[in-house]
Order: sequence, then C-alpha cells, then structure tokens
Amino acid sequence: MDIFEKLEILTDAAKYDVACTSSGVDRPAQKGKLGNAVKAGICHSFAADGRCISLLKVLMSNDCAFDCTYCVNRRSQDCRRTTFTPQELCRLTMEFYRRNYIEGLFLSSAVVKNPDYTCELMLTALKALREDYGFWGYVHVKAIPGASPRLTEKLGLYADRMSVNIELPSGQSLKTLAPQKSKEKILAPMGQIRDGIAQNSKEIVRYKAAPRFVPAGQSTQMIIGASPETDRQILALTEGLYKIYRLKRVFFSAYMPVVADRALPALNTPPPLLREHRLYQADWLLRFYGFSAGEILDDENPDFNPLLDPKCNWAVRHMEHFPVEVNTAPYEMLLRVPGIGVKSAMRIRAARRQGRLDFDGLKKLGVVLKRARYFIVCGGKSASPLPMDNPAVIAGAISERGLGQQKMEPPEQLSLFSPTREDGVKCLTGQI
Amino acid sequence: MLDRTNLVYRYDGSYQGFLCCVAECFADKRLPQGVQPLDEPQATLFSIKVVETRPELARRVEKSLVQRISPEAHRMVRDGFLTCMEDKELRLIRFILLGYQHGAKVTGMTVNDDVHAVNKALLYLKNEAHYHVEFIRFADCGGFLAAMITPNNMVLPLIVGHFCERFNTENFVIFDKSHGMGFVYQTGERPCREFFYADSLELPEPSEEEEKFRNLWRLFYDTIAVEGRINHKLRRGNMPMRYWPNMTEFQRDPD
Repeated sequence: MDIFEKLEILTDAAKYDVACTSSGVDRPAQKGKLGNAVKAGICHSFAADGRCISLLKVLMSNDCAFDCTYCVNRRSQDCRRTTFTPQELCRLTMEFYRRNYIEGLFLSSAVVKNPDYTCELMLTALKALREDYGFWGYVHVKAIPGASPRLTEKLGLYADRMSVNIELPSGQSLKTLAPQKSKEKILAPMGQIRDGIAQNSKEIVRYKAAPRFVPAGQSTQMIIGASPETDRQILALTEGLYKIYRLKRVFFSAYMPVVADRALPALNTPPPLLREHRLYQADWLLRFYGFSAGEILDDENPDFNPLLDPKCNWAVRHMEHFPVEVNTAPYEMLLRVPGIGVKSAMRIRAARRQGRLDFDGLKKLGVVLKRARYFIVCGGKSASPLPMDNPAVIAGAISERGLGQQKMEPPEQLSLFSPTREDGVKCLTGQI
Repeated sequence: MLDRTNLVYRYDGSYQGFLCCVAECFADKRLPQGVQPLDEPQATLFSIKVVETRPELARRVEKSLVQRISPEAHRMVRDGFLTCMEDKELRLIRFILLGYQHGAKVTGMTVNDDVHAVNKALLYLKNEAHYHVEFIRFADCGGFLAAMITPNNMVLPLIVGHFCERFNTENFVIFDKSHGMGFVYQTGERPCREFFYADSLELPEPSEEEEKFRNLWRLFYDTIAVEGRINHKLRRGNMPMRYWPNMTEFQRDPD
C-alpha cells in the first residue's frame, strides 16, 4: 500500500474527532530543532466543512480490536485496514510542517491488538519524531483507555496536549453503545493526567530542567445526539469535567450516522449541528463569561432554545438585571449583555476611563448593537426601538429567525409544542 | 496649528522620510493639504514642497515620539506606516499632533476620529499579518524554502520574526509581490536575516519530491472534511478567498 492510500484511509478514519486546536502552550524555538508552539494556537487552513485544520490529524492505525457501535473503525465494519510506520508518520509531519501546512501532529489510534500494544506503537513514533527528527512543534496525542499508567505517562512526556475521549455523555449510554469501554476505564487516565500535570507544575518550580508533562493540558470530546441525554445533563457533565478534571477544553461532536444499528439514530438522521452549536456557546459562557451550568439550563428548561442563543435566553428570562448603564456597570455585568463579548467588554472598560461613552462611541469601539441595544443604556439614554416592558417582545426581536426555521428540530428535540412559524410572529407581537 | 493650507508635501516614501515630514510640519507651524510619496504620479494643482530625508532629523523625531508621547504611541506610528490606510501620512501626522497635545493618554482616546482611524488600520494590519502566519505556504526549492504573498498591507516586517524562530533550521525566502519586497533567512553560526527590494522573483519548477508532498497535502485537505457538514460560507468567513490563490490546497491542475 503506498503512502497516498495510507494517508487517505487513516485521515478518513480520524476526521470525526473534533479537537484540532494547537493552543495552550508557549514553547520558544530551540536552535537546531524545527518548530515552536504558540499559546493561542494557529490554524493553517479550513476544510470544506468550515472547521479549522491546525494539526495533521491521523490515526496511527485503524485496525481496531474493539467493536463500539457508533464508530467507523469498529471490528465488524468491512473496510480497508492499515497502519503507519513511525518513519512514514515522522516524514509526513516534518515535510508538512516546514511548508507551513500544519502546526503539528494529532495522533490518535484504533486499539491494535490491545491498549498497551497500541500505546507502544504510538510511543515509538513520537519518540522518533521528537528525538531523531528534532521536531519541536505541537503534538496532541490520545491516551488509550485501558493502557498501563506507565505508558500513558511516557506518552505525556512527548506530547503537548493529551486527551481521553469520554465518548458518550453518560455511563449508561457507554454500556449500550461501547460495551468494551466503561466510565471507570475512561476516567482513570483522565485522573492520572490531571495528577501528572499538577505534580509536574511543582517539579518545574523546583528544577528548571524538569521534563514537561502535557504542558498544554488535557481535553476530551463526547458525541451528541447518539444517546438520549438532555442538554442540561451534558452541560452539567461539562462543568464537572472542567472543575474536577481541570480540563482545558471539552469538545462536542454532533453524531454523524455512519453505521446502521438498532441502538443508534437512523442512517438518514441529519447531524444535530444546531444543538452542537448551542453547546459550544454554553461552553464559552462557562469558561469565559462567568456563568454556571445551573444558570444556563435548569429543570424547567432542560434543553436549549433553538431560536435563542443561551446568553440571550438567560437575559430575556432575567430582565430584572437590565438595562445596564454602560458607563458604570461592572465588567462582569457587561459580559452578560447579549452582543457584548469579552473583547467589547474590555474595550468599553478601557474607553470609559477616558471619558463618557455614547452610542456613537460604542460603535467606534466595534460593539455590535444589534442585540445589545435592548439591554443597555448610555448616559441614561436607550437605543431600543421597542418598548422594554415585555421580555417576549425582546426575545422575538433578537431570535435567529433565518437559522431557526431552517435547522430547527433535530429529532431528539421533538415535542408536542415545538415552536412554529406563527409562534415566531406571536413572539414579536407579544400575543399569547 | 493651522489646518489645511494649500501645500502638498512630497517625500521619498520611506519611514525616515515620513518622520522628516512630521518635523517639517512643526517647522512650518501648519498642516499640509496632503503628503505623497515621490513615486506617485503628481496629480495636484496645489503647490508642492519636496521634503528631504535626513536620517539625523528622523532619529530626533522618533526619539521625541517615545519620550514626549509614549513608547506605545511610537509603535502605533511605526506600524501605522505599514498599513494601507487612505492618506496614512496625514492621518498619522494628525495622530502625532494629538499625542503632543495630550501625551501618553492619546492611545486610550479610542473614540477620537483620528485615533479611531489609526486603530482600525492597525487592526487590519494585525489581522492580515495573522492571516499570513496561518496561510502562507512554502515550497521546497532544493536547499531553500520559498513563499509568495500578495498582502494589502506591508505585513512582511511583522511576520518574519515568527518564521525566523520557527524555521531556524531552514533557509527561506518570503516575497511580497504587491510591494516588491522580500526577506531572506539563511542558517549558520550567525544566521543572516535581510530585507530586499525587487520587482519580481523567479522560482525554479517544483521537483518531483515537492510535487509529491503537495499532492499528499491536497489529499489530506480533501479527506479531512466531513461530508455531512459541508459549509462553504463558514470556510470563507474563516479563510477569506483573497488568500486562496497563494495556497497549495487550491492550486490544482485544471484536469
């Protein structure tokens, strides 16, 4: 099999993994080695699906011993199987990197024979890449659940970021869809990596030359829409992962029906992209906007509103906090205004030290008023074109109508009272 | 200072020359109608004053920017000169003037028209520079790597540092076709880093090995997209089509 075919097979098998970030670590270049790493990460291209290509995302092998129902590489699937040799992989990474195609390598693998053997295979490749080829760029490696802790630790010394896929949002779903994996098996390496990072950060204070263990932290991903969890459960799990396992990122992957199985959504089900999008929006609120999962979704609203993003949704349900005065509101409150993001909030905070802000000034700062105007006042003046006494009117005005009507209603969000076109109009008029 | 007299400055187009124009304004005690580089066709009926470039004077102006306004304002002027802002010289002169009036505070006056214009241009410059760090593509020309870019702003000085560090084991050249300006890096005990000016740059035909990796990259690029999620609008938003012609994944044989 030539390298072209191998690359095609092993890329094709890896593409459903969503994480492709090269962020989290600043590693200055070293003389005589190729590459460095930049904290913010660098995207090098965007594929036709609009997702960033930052790393050479491939599997070491797709020759899997496991038989997880949702996976394209499962043992019972009839497809071409192949494995990279360490040399092929190193060569590809180096040559792509020096042409500025990629920021580094994202190495994952199907379970070849058993977890330990797979880990050894990946270790050989990474060792060669770092030591023989002198590669100093970014490496993201998947920990293989069930592998011995010693091997996981070794992998972590060559990688910048490690991830363990939590796969599905609950232990119950794992049992049905991925019988060979279990919650405990997945969480064990996650905990090990967390402890390794904590330990390493102490060692580095003491010895400058201590080897770095997973300096860019760990991430995880889960599949959305293959199992029946509510958005609220998923978000609570996400918050827990950030707090307990100190993850850098949690990724969500809308389930693509690639295999037919009774336990899974039908093959023609469209991927719940809007739901995935809402989860990412909520994820941002957790990480950068000071929200907690309980504020975004609660028992009364266990799922996201398809027409309103989570921040707008929170705002229209809490109109008692609004409008806020841009010139005096605390930074934390500015962040909660729909339409004002971290950048805008910081700009406002800096600019209002120099003088009073009016709406014209806000526009110059790059603050988009489309949604924000319903929630702010500038020097006591409001720019809202609508009366502010009815939250439903505001909700109607800021809802994403175009997007909502096309992509609304992924199958798992079915309900008797799903919003219709008329509801959209009623929202606007405030009629009940 | 009097605004808008019937006078147009012409200078040699260099940063030093521009700083001398700033000094000239102060000597004249008035702002010119416009400031143009000498190589631009003369298309004005106003009277012309050719400003001579004097390195010593330029240094003095630069020093005063740092000391009398602030290092940050100096950086803004220096980078602002690389932008493609309309009437950039006059805008920058007015920004400097404002700086001499208000001191270091000027950089925070983001709502002022001139400061806003400069900030906007700088943001464009910064963004374009970042796009180039992302999307620039090198080709192995046997012994050195080469990349062609066609930016609107002069991003080259902002991006070479990144590549000098990252590719410290490689010889490389980056050529900016739109401004006729390039940069060479040569490895060695004392690496050589040099800007040069040229109208064009001829590169050798790609070798077989180079073609192979280009094709591998195109294959990877095509394979990594998930069919069920094709979203051309999102791709264009993240990667403006203006950069595509210089990128390997979009350079394909017509067949």
